[in-house]
Amino acid sequence: MSTMTALARALAVEQGVAQPIATVRHVHISDRPLVFVPLALAGEANAPLAAMVGDDRSDPHLLVVAQPRNRDQRFAFAAELARIFVLYLELFFGAEETVPVGRGGEQRTRYADAPQLLVPNQGGIEFVALLGRSTRFRRAEGEWAVDPAVPVLGQWLSWLAGRAENPASSMLLAMTGALARHWASGQSAVEDQNLAALAGWIDPPEGMTGQQAAAAAEDPLTWPPAGPATDPTFDNEVLARLIENAARAEGDERAERRALRALTEALRGQIEPAWRLVWKSADLLRALPPGEHVARRWDDDKDAFSLYAAYLREGGAPQPRRDSAVTAARRLAWLERETVRYAAQRAHDDPLVMAEQRLAGEAFAGQVIAAEPGRVVGSGRGRKLRPLITVATTDPVAIEEGTRLVSPSRPGQNAVLVSAAPAGEGLTEAVLELSGGMGYGLIAPTGTIPEVGEQVCFATLADDWQPHGELPLPEDTPWTHGGPPVPYQPADEDVTEAWS
Amino acid sequence: MHTTEARLDRIRGFAPPRPHNARTIAALTSNPGCARRAIMDAAGVDKARVAAHAGFRAPFGQSQFAITRGNAFEAQVKADGCAELLRLLREQLHLPIPEVSYDDLEYFGGERRSHEARHARTRALLGRAAASGDDAGTMFDHPMLTLEVGGRRVYLEPDLIAFRLRDRFHVVEIKSFAVIDGQADGGKVAAAVIQSAVYVLALRQLMEATAAAPPDIVADEVILVCPENFSNRPVAALLDVRKELTVLQRQLARLERIEDLLDTLPADLTFDLEADEAGVPRRPPGELAEAIRVVPARYAPECLSSCEMCFFCRDEAQGETGALGRDVRDDLGCVEYVPTALALARGEAEPSPEQAEAAAVLRLACRLRSESLPGGEGPPPAAGRWPGEEALGEAV
Repeated sequence: MSTMTALARALAVEQGVAQPIATVRHVHISDRPLVFVPLALAGEANAPLAAMVGDDRSDPHLLVVAQPRNRDQRFAFAAELARIFVLYLELFFGAEETVPVGRGGEQRTRYADAPQLLVPNQGGIEFVALLGRSTRFRRAEGEWAVDPAVPVLGQWLSWLAGRAENPASSMLLAMTGALARHWASGQSAVEDQNLAALAGWIDPPEGMTGQQAAAAAEDPLTWPPAGPATDPTFDNEVLARLIENAARAEGDERAERRALRALTEALRGQIEPAWRLVWKSADLLRALPPGEHVARRWDDDKDAFSLYAAYLREGGAPQPRRDSAVTAARRLAWLERETVRYAAQRAHDDPLVMAEQRLAGEAFAGQVIAAEPGRVVGSGRGRKLRPLITVATTDPVAIEEGTRLVSPSRPGQNAVLVSAAPAGEGLTEAVLELSGGMGYGLIAPTGTIPEVGEQVCFATLADDWQPHGELPLPEDTPWTHGGPPVPYQPADEDVTEAWS
Repeated sequence: MHTTEARLDRIRGFAPPRPHNARTIAALTSNPGCARRAIMDAAGVDKARVAAHAGFRAPFGQSQFAITRGNAFEAQVKADGCAELLRLLREQLHLPIPEVSYDDLEYFGGERRSHEARHARTRALLGRAAASGDDAGTMFDHPMLTLEVGGRRVYLEPDLIAFRLRDRFHVVEIKSFAVIDGQADGGKVAAAVIQSAVYVLALRQLMEATAAAPPDIVADEVILVCPENFSNRPVAALLDVRKELTVLQRQLARLERIEDLLDTLPADLTFDLEADEAGVPRRPPGELAEAIRVVPARYAPECLSSCEMCFFCRDEAQGETGALGRDVRDDLGCVEYVPTALALARGEAEPSPEQAEAAAVLRLACRLRSESLPGGEGPPPAAGRWPGEEALGEAV
């Protein structure tokens, strides 16, 4: 939360409709996402009850578990889901593209596109993680054999859930979170967890304010919760009876079919509104123009997807239950770097996000009022082109002199703040020394440096290389961290683990 | 007669009182400034019914699947004189437990007893055990505890076991949420920890009252028992509740005395829901709502998960910045109302001296927003498409 977002929330209350907090889209939305809306049985760690899944909004698959506590039925659910999921993944195993590696002219290939899984909310991501955890250690042979697709599903879901922790990745998105990165509603962040309410604020039905739409979305009769938790009243008044009927009908084929049909229809009624909402949320996001770095971040997703697919093809082991010390530290460092990079890219792509930096005094925008484009420092062979520009801004500047700054319009150029001094009437005059991004000569080509009269913005947040933390190799893990980890071998105990 | 008890009885009306539990106390201490909740809980008002009759049904119920699962798990852990629990304590927590006896403090003498009788028996048995110095372990199931809340003694009916080993008492809390690969849902663990802290505090007060032993005979480490991974197998963990104990004690001390709160309220205040023959409360909902509004509330979005009155209070708090979240309120410079914050941001209102700093930030934020967003502050088109790239060019 920031003052900019808080102000947008206040405006949303006044206007009766959500207010933009981004001018461009900061997530990738696939042309063919796989939408997944799971429901779980209350009280259990991870007992699938139903799921609506598919990549065609007019033709969803509805999976139902008639006896959610029955192990065989759970695995039948997992197998069915795996079949749909693997068919979807196979869409992306066809086309490849080549990309350069470094500057040496070498090339490598990766998949030309990657899968994208869309779930309604954060609970959906947690469900994906838990379902992945409870299926990835299974085996297709032996005493507790399951459908061979089940452990494959488990590995992919676990991998996707891990990737979703990185804000820069768009492979697995919770729609509530994705929408909330672009709009501020007139309700609290707690209430924004309800996808129907948040979507109601953003795009209220004809003749309704966002507030009215959100209030309507809180009635579980018209808008059942978007899962994985179901409405307790539905559980007590409808679901319990239908599950009992299905159990009682066992053995009588006709009665069984009838009971299953009744259960399926009841669950369809609970799940379908959320299914439509996820697609609608994707539409709302797709309608925003993409930020400049969105495609580049999606390329990273494609790389990661290609690597993991190759790892699995070579028979890669499932993710261990717990990361070893070095793996965990590496992962944390990676997440930190990615988060910083994402924040910088967002600000550089979007003036409204940059406004937060300006408000905090970490960036400023203004007009170039003076320039020394031909300024050269040093002597002899060390002579370097170091133009100076002076920017007049009404923004507060809380940046220390000597700090390196970057402008979104010239990302390849560095600017060092030489001085920043008040010039009356609320103005600050900032003198900047520029380097890089203007060729190798002692005269800057036209357009490579800002001219007098140009509007410019400079920020401390830079989208550039982040130092990697120095971490030991796994085999050199010090004794303080448990010593070198034992290479992970899925144990029989994992394979036969109860899922009840 | 104007004793506190009589007034609280009048506020509650004909309905039987609903006792406090650790959850209500934890909720109370998470929002200690809310007089409405303090009064209603002190009077034992059925908040869910009151809210529903006033037109704001509470947004939560409990699924019978969750209740069944919770009860089944607890029964399994406690079966055969807590055999499973003892195995856990020995094997997982390596407690050197000799033979253990088991005392159920809810049913004795063949029947269920009153609060007072149960509390008296809890005091007697626990006090004796504390004083005895006997080395044998004992499990006390369903003790009836009391706690001083807002200057009044309330009964607590914890679903817990006070486990005495050597010279220490431990609180054992059984929960049915899963611990998966050594990790559990953070929110649920936090709730369990604060509830356990309530019990530790109540047990310590009991020890103090019996003077049988110093209060710190009750350990500040509690034992949490949960199902492991996706199974029904229990797993135990020791949790340090010292931090929560400090928070709880501070919040309880901050709670205003119920007597003082009552002094500010009209003598005839009541939330009575006496029903007619058809079971429908006689009272007109509008009149009930008016009575509720007499007692000031302090709404925050966190109430949505912990208080049955939340929809009522949220409706009442419309237009307050705090209704958007405490962080939003802080980010708006603690200005209380949305229209005021916006008027300050647009420079349409003169800030008071203490608002001056906040107003300057809000004005700057407002200017930056309209600069960065072509079209200013107007509502976006439904499927908004905002030109973005050129906005920087227009800045300043």
